[in-house]
Order: sequence, then C-alpha cells, then structure tokens
Amino acid sequence: MIRYILSRLLTFVPTFVGVTLISFAFIRVLPGDPIIVMAGERGLSEERYQEYVVQFGFDQPIYVQFWDYLTGVLQGDLGTSFVTNRDVWTDFFTLFPATLELSLCAILFAILLGLPAGVIAAVYRGKFFDRALMSTALVGYSMPIFWWALLLIIVFSGNLGWTPVSGRIGLMYFFDDVTGLMLVDSLLSGQDGAFGSAVQHLILPSIVLGTIPLAVIARQTRSAMLEVLSEDYIRTARAKGLTPGRVNGIHALRNALIPVITVIGLSVGTLLAGAILTETIFSWPGIGKWMVDSIFRRDYPVVQGGLLLIALMVMIVNLTVDILYGLINPKIRKR
Amino acid sequence: MSDASSATARSTIGTRPGRLAEFWRYFRENRGAVIGLYVFAVFVFVAVFANLLAPYDPTEQFRAHTLQPPVWQEGGTWAFPLGTDAVGRDMLSRLLYGARFSFFVGIVVVVVAATGGILLGLIAGFAPRWLDTVIMRLMDIILAFPSLLLALVLVAILGPTLLNAMIAIALVLQPHYVRLTRASVLNERTKDYVTSARVVGAGTLRTMFVTVLPNCLAPIIVQAALSFSTAILDAAALGFLGMGAQPPTPEWGTMLADAREFVLRAWWVVTLPGLAILVTVLSINLMGDGLRDALDPKLKRS
Repeated sequence: MIRYILSRLLTFVPTFVGVTLISFAFIRVLPGDPIIVMAGERGLSEERYQEYVVQFGFDQPIYVQFWDYLTGVLQGDLGTSFVTNRDVWTDFFTLFPATLELSLCAILFAILLGLPAGVIAAVYRGKFFDRALMSTALVGYSMPIFWWALLLIIVFSGNLGWTPVSGRIGLMYFFDDVTGLMLVDSLLSGQDGAFGSAVQHLILPSIVLGTIPLAVIARQTRSAMLEVLSEDYIRTARAKGLTPGRVNGIHALRNALIPVITVIGLSVGTLLAGAILTETIFSWPGIGKWMVDSIFRRDYPVVQGGLLLIALMVMIVNLTVDILYGLINPKIRKR
Repeated sequence: MSDASSATARSTIGTRPGRLAEFWRYFRENRGAVIGLYVFAVFVFVAVFANLLAPYDPTEQFRAHTLQPPVWQEGGTWAFPLGTDAVGRDMLSRLLYGARFSFFVGIVVVVVAATGGILLGLIAGFAPRWLDTVIMRLMDIILAFPSLLLALVLVAILGPTLLNAMIAIALVLQPHYVRLTRASVLNERTKDYVTSARVVGAGTLRTMFVTVLPNCLAPIIVQAALSFSTAILDAAALGFLGMGAQPPTPEWGTMLADAREFVLRAWWVVTLPGLAILVTVLSINLMGDGLRDALDPKLKRS
C-alpha cells in the first residue's frame, strides 16, 4: 500500500511542475506587453516602465524567472493583482469559501437525488420508472447549464417571485465573516431571517450547478447497481429470504457505491468549470466569477494564479480519490 | 477478432456491408438512438441548407418590429413565426443559421481533436517507455485544468473568435482520445494477430496504422460522438461568456448572451436558442449511447 501511495505521489510531482509551467508561460506568450496592457489608456513614462520590468523580473533570463515563480508558488506568493493591487493568494482564499459552499450544496443536491434515482432505475430495469428516470438523466446531462439557469430565473424569480436573482444574502443583513460559509455565518450572527435568506440565495445556483453531476451520478449508480445485482452473492441473499429492500439497499448498494464515489470525487473539475458559468449568471462572489472578471479585465497575475490554484486543487482531489480507491479496492494497487 | 483484422488489412469492400448491417441491427434496437439519429439528420439538413430555409438574412434588422412575440402569442405575426429579438432580427432565421455554426464547430473540433489524439495515443502505445511517459504526463497536465476554464483562458490569449474557441476546445478534448487510443493499443498489442503480423514482416508503421488501429476504433467512435456534443456545449458556453463567436453572429450561445437582459420581458429570445442547443446535444448523446451499445462487444446480447 505504501508503495502504491508513493508511486501515485511520484507522478504528482512532474504534473505539478508542468501545471506551474503552463500557468507561468501564459503571461509570457500573450500578444502584447503585459506592462503596457496593465498601464491601460493612461500610458507609462519610460522610467516607470523600466521600474515595472525590474519589479516583475522581466529583465532576468527566462529560467531564473521560472525558478522564482516556482519557489514563489511553494511559499504562497502568486504576485498581486494589476487592478486591485491585492495579493492573489489571499484573494483566492477569501473568495474560495463562497465557491466551496455552492459546490458542496450542488453535490449534495446531486447525491441526494441521483443515488436513489439510479437505484430505482436499476431495480426496475427496463420498466417505466427506469426509462423515465434515465431519459430525464440524459436531458440533464445534455443541458446547457447557463440556459437552464436563465429558465429557472424566469420561472422561480420572475413569475413566482420565490427566489432572489443574484448574490449570497439579502442586502439588509450584515455580519462578520467567520467561516466564509454564508449558511454557518448567518446562523452564528443570530439575526432573524438571515439564515433563511442565505438558503433562498443558494437554491437556484445549487440546482443549476448540481444538474450535470446529478445526471452523471444517476447513470453511474444505475450501471454499477446492474452489475452488482447479477452477482451470485445477491442471489444468495435473495434465496435466504431477505427483503428486497435489504438486498437492494444494503447488500447491492454497498458494493455499487465504490465506482459512484469515484465519479463523485472526479466531478470536482466539472463543478469548478460549472461554477464559472453559474457564478457569472447569479453574480455569486466566488472563484469562478473572479476568474471571468479578471480575464475580461486582462488582470494577468490573477488569471495566472487562479488557474494554477484551481488546477492544483483538482489534482489534489483526484490524487486523494485515487489513493482512497486503492485503499478500498486492493485490485487497483497490484498494477 | 483476428479474422476481422486480416479482413480490414486486405480489402474492406467485400466485408463492409455485412459489418454495417450487423451494426445497424444492434443500433436499431435502441429506440432512443434511432430518434436521436433522425433529429441529428434534421439538424445537419438545416445546417447545410440554412440559406435556403431561412426567410430573412440573420443579421437584417426590422426596426419597426423589435421584440415581437412568436405567432401563437398575442401580437405575433406570420411574418416572424418565432418572433424577433431586441433589434428586430428574425428569430427563426437566426436559429436556422445557428445550426450551421454549431455543426461546423462540432465537425472541426472532433476532426482536430481525434486526429491529434489518435496519433499521439498510437505513438504512446508503441513508443519506448520514456516517450510514453512524457506524452501521458502532458495529457495529465491538460486534464488537471477544468476544461471550460482552460478553453476560456486560451481564447483570452488567442483573441475571442469562433475559430480560436474551436482550437481551444479541440485542445482540451484531445487528451481523452490519447488515453482511449493508448489503452486499446496496449490491449491489442498483446494479441496473437499482432505478433503474427510482425512475424510475417510488417513494419512498425504498418502495424500501428493497418493492423492495430482499425481494431481500436470502436471506443474512439463513441468518444467522437460524445465530444461532438461537448464541443457544441462548450462553444455555446464560450459564446455566452463573450469569448466565442462575437455578435452579430447568430451562434446560439452568443444569442443567449445578447438575450440575457430580456430574461423577464421576452421569454422567446431566451428560451428558443437554448432549446436548440439542448435538442441538438440531446440527440447526439442519444446517438452516442446507441453507438456504444452497438459497438461495445461486452454489452452485446448474444
């Protein structure tokens, strides 16, 4: 097992350096001089220009620049934003809880609906329930989520007036940022209605972001269940006279969960990509919106640093899933 | 498996109809897939003949008829069956032309991504260990970035046009082809027919492209169908974010971006382009599921 973990960690290192190299190269292959772009329409005097060249290290040879960047990354230094002059690393981790909260609610929504849907579809294989659920799942899987968001806004915010259109909480609530998670902070503040407002703001974005993972989980659960249900031990369990609920819900589901958990773990990338669209539409102040805004403002240090941190996050989660999978399933380790 | 490969290695003309017929027999069993195929055929037809089908030019503005609702709603006329947008352009014409862009995106992205991916995958499968490792690590690096984010940043670097969006999407989809091709190449290489081909004196290139590749195609074809729909979705998402096709191009995602401010006033400018995307993507995914069932020997019911 130790050897398996070590070998997984070893492949992590070159990927990490590669990801860093790509986000490093990004600012240097851009058309146009980043310093001129940063200066914007006001322009720059020659001395100021030279000052910036030294400040950003553009006068150094490229490998020295990369080494500085790499060591900076390892020490949590990703430079400062061109626009706000704030530290990229700090900004990322200030905004991250918003994205985390949204993603957690989305994946929770997807699991709570997707798992039962998959199990029911598998148990009623080929019957009406199965067809209806799997057709719905395929529609969800094909959904352009930015359009889905607009539709939900039309119905639930426009026609019914149930949910707000943007932001994380109503404007009349103010409280301290303790955890950065609005649901927790609003409860801690003890203000009347704050928690309710936070929940209301979360509903639509979570549904939008959770739709594709929901479809993936439902489909994966169904196929994993079908595979398990045809095994001998299930027949034994049935022959022993256990109730169908116990056979399907406990004996079968337990083993079917292994691939499903992997899919859930690997959906982090999908969630972060979806967060870009969801956060933009709902003006959700998280990483996705921050990245899109920075791309449009040509705020290169932010784009560069954000890209790197997001990729690192995805890599770490994938690595963890891999190792956990090795722990649960000894067959994988033997390769 | 081995007789199939020698058949492809010789001449395929004699055996093709049989294989196609067999494929069709399996494909036809899946009703959803057949429906998907029909819808996709309509989509291709519209894409090809958009200029003949559309009543107006997609960029022509009828200033007297802005935000006119569809014909079945009060205030709609047959002159604009699906209504008009905020500057009075005919929705139907724009939607029909939009099919052309989406189809174009799908084809180009799949061809570029599949060609590059299959080549790299074949090389990785046959190359010495170190080259294999280098290629696969490179793919791991690309896959570490969420695909839409990487495409978004690439387009920001290259400049926001539909062509650059296609390049970016092809690049982020390509690792899937590399992994898939490499995996099936490694699997096929251990089989007897490959060894016998080598014994008979086939060179490396011949083994790669003529002996092994045809037997790796089934999963790649399924992947091609799935990435066709992903390409359409991602291009629309980029267009929606303002980093794909630029207005006034009647691309579905771009049309949605234009329509955002009318979300609560004119449902048709928002609903229709998205519905077009959904129906197209859904039909391709239905087809993809059918293809997988028909091509994957493991799932075939004997």
